[in-house]
Amino acid sequence: MKKSIAVLLLGLVAAAALIAAPIKVGLVTDVGGIDDKSFNQGTWEGIKLFAKENKLKEGVDVKYLQSTADADYIPNLSTFADEKLDLIVAPGFLFEEAMKTVADQYPKQKLLIIDSVVQKPNVASAVFAANEGSFLAGVAAGLKAKADGKDTIGYVGGMKFPLIENFQAGFEQGVKTVLPNAKILVDYSGSFTDAGLGQALAAKQYNAGAYIIYQVAGGCGNGVIKEAKERSAKGDIRWAIGVDKDQYADGIYAPGKSAILTSMMKRVDVASHDVAVMVRDGKFPGGQTLVFDLKSKGVGLPATNPNLSAAIIKEVEKYTALITSGKLKVNSVQ
Amino acid sequence: MNIFYSMVPIAFAYSAPLVIAALGGLFSERSGIVNIALEGIMMVGGFTAASVTVVLEPLTPAAGYWGLLAGLCAGVVFSALHAFTSINLKANQVISGTALNILAGGLTVYLAQIFFHQQRTAAFTRGLVKVTVPGLASIPLVGPLFFVNASPPFYIAIALVLVAWFVVFKTPFGLRLRACGEHPQAAASMGIDVLAMRYIGVLVSGAFAGLAGSALVLTQDIQYTAGSIHGSGFIAMACLIFGKWNPFGVLGAGIFFGLAQALSLYAKDIPFLVGIPSEFFYLLPYALTIIALLVFAGKSVGPKAAGEIYDAGKR
Repeated sequence: MKKSIAVLLLGLVAAAALIAAPIKVGLVTDVGGIDDKSFNQGTWEGIKLFAKENKLKEGVDVKYLQSTADADYIPNLSTFADEKLDLIVAPGFLFEEAMKTVADQYPKQKLLIIDSVVQKPNVASAVFAANEGSFLAGVAAGLKAKADGKDTIGYVGGMKFPLIENFQAGFEQGVKTVLPNAKILVDYSGSFTDAGLGQALAAKQYNAGAYIIYQVAGGCGNGVIKEAKERSAKGDIRWAIGVDKDQYADGIYAPGKSAILTSMMKRVDVASHDVAVMVRDGKFPGGQTLVFDLKSKGVGLPATNPNLSAAIIKEVEKYTALITSGKLKVNSVQ
Repeated sequence: MNIFYSMVPIAFAYSAPLVIAALGGLFSERSGIVNIALEGIMMVGGFTAASVTVVLEPLTPAAGYWGLLAGLCAGVVFSALHAFTSINLKANQVISGTALNILAGGLTVYLAQIFFHQQRTAAFTRGLVKVTVPGLASIPLVGPLFFVNASPPFYIAIALVLVAWFVVFKTPFGLRLRACGEHPQAAASMGIDVLAMRYIGVLVSGAFAGLAGSALVLTQDIQYTAGSIHGSGFIAMACLIFGKWNPFGVLGAGIFFGLAQALSLYAKDIPFLVGIPSEFFYLLPYALTIIALLVFAGKSVGPKAAGEIYDAGKR
């Protein structure tokens, strides 16, 4: 699957490379650093793929600057802007203010912000259709519960606002689609950092019979994973679903065993790669908000899901096809 | 009633790190040094505990407890900085503490970058897990509240409350410690080594806060992140004031805060509380703390010389 996409892309690129001049792309990381196994690293991987396809040199044509403090964002963005790179990429909402400032200072500079929206004519914003990815997570959870004879599934959110409620909407719909009489418990912790609250809410939902919990709460969600691991290690098998990136490794409680059923991934690498391609082709979407959804492979479950049976994976693929073809509409609160 | 039985152990588990850290603050302030660095020390303790646990877990099932011990030691080392600046160098204690808080955030993330090549420690597999005490768990009424799925640090907290009370109020050492916090010049005139007592006070607070940070990360989280401690050190300071610098008061304040926090999670399941916006309950623990502080403000008198730079010549 992955290979065939790569081959296809290479073919396209080979054709395009003949007509397009090489371009320069720069990434400014947030304080998380280039190898954070999350947004920075993912974004950089997308750019590296773009470089490989276009035979660009790493460190010359495509490069990155790491930020060690929030105060570095504007200087780092400006450094690249002074070098007149063709595209500067910044991942995450932390860059919102810095992006606005730099966009005004360098009105000709093409900028890309990922997972956030900045409305400036020279900034493209890439966001993710989290409801669609969450729908698939819901399908996986519903089928797993069904296969094991359970009917209660939980959702723990961080703060309650539309961006996060969007995850809930897709997830609930996904669960109900495959398990119509499922009981879904919903709680919001009011925090994205307090793991203690996440653990307490997980304990509450697991006590109430929840078999699987989808956590969309950042560091607070770690508490949910902790509770799932603790119970599973004691023989009372419970699951948690990861968010944003593949959290399988976070859920390992015994050799070869993870409490992470699957994860709803935001493919920041797809976003950075695809926008770089647009810039190369002279189609920079300045001032626009690009929604990366299932169709553009911007959201989805990880490539490997050791905890999902082949039958469940097949069903998930079936629903993926239904959504990408437009036959199934996923609920949204935005 | 079911809600009550589910809620109380959660409140206890939540309060344990707060109580332990606040007891640390008690030793420091009773000796006359304000330790606003509890938060930073908890971060260093939590980071160390998580790292040691990750390394030892493949080797021993007791890795979590070694992690606790390592976090405690790291807390002592880190707090020595506060002791040195505020006792030897006579720096302003609030500024020194604030500096440590800022340093801890950067230092732990920096070290995580070196050891684990990411901004957080690797995830440990188990950390500290909840325990059910055989036998005691089957006591009617009390068993399910205290002995089923209880957090081990809560027992540690209870034990430390008793130890702290005995040491501070029932031993000659405790009397000397308190004298240094009330009137160091008078204590010195009786032959007490004020600087040594204050060093002990700060280092003990470092040990307790390090332990508290370790307990918090190992029981509630799956790894140490920059947000793991999320202000618990400051809540612990509030517990210390609310508990009137008394170990039992601190325990009560900690449990009170834990219960308020648990209530915020359960409010939507309690029939007569439904309909109140959830934001109200998120705010509740903090609002209750402020209200309690206001109510007890007049009676809440800390050690007289806490925060003052010790000048042996002053009368």
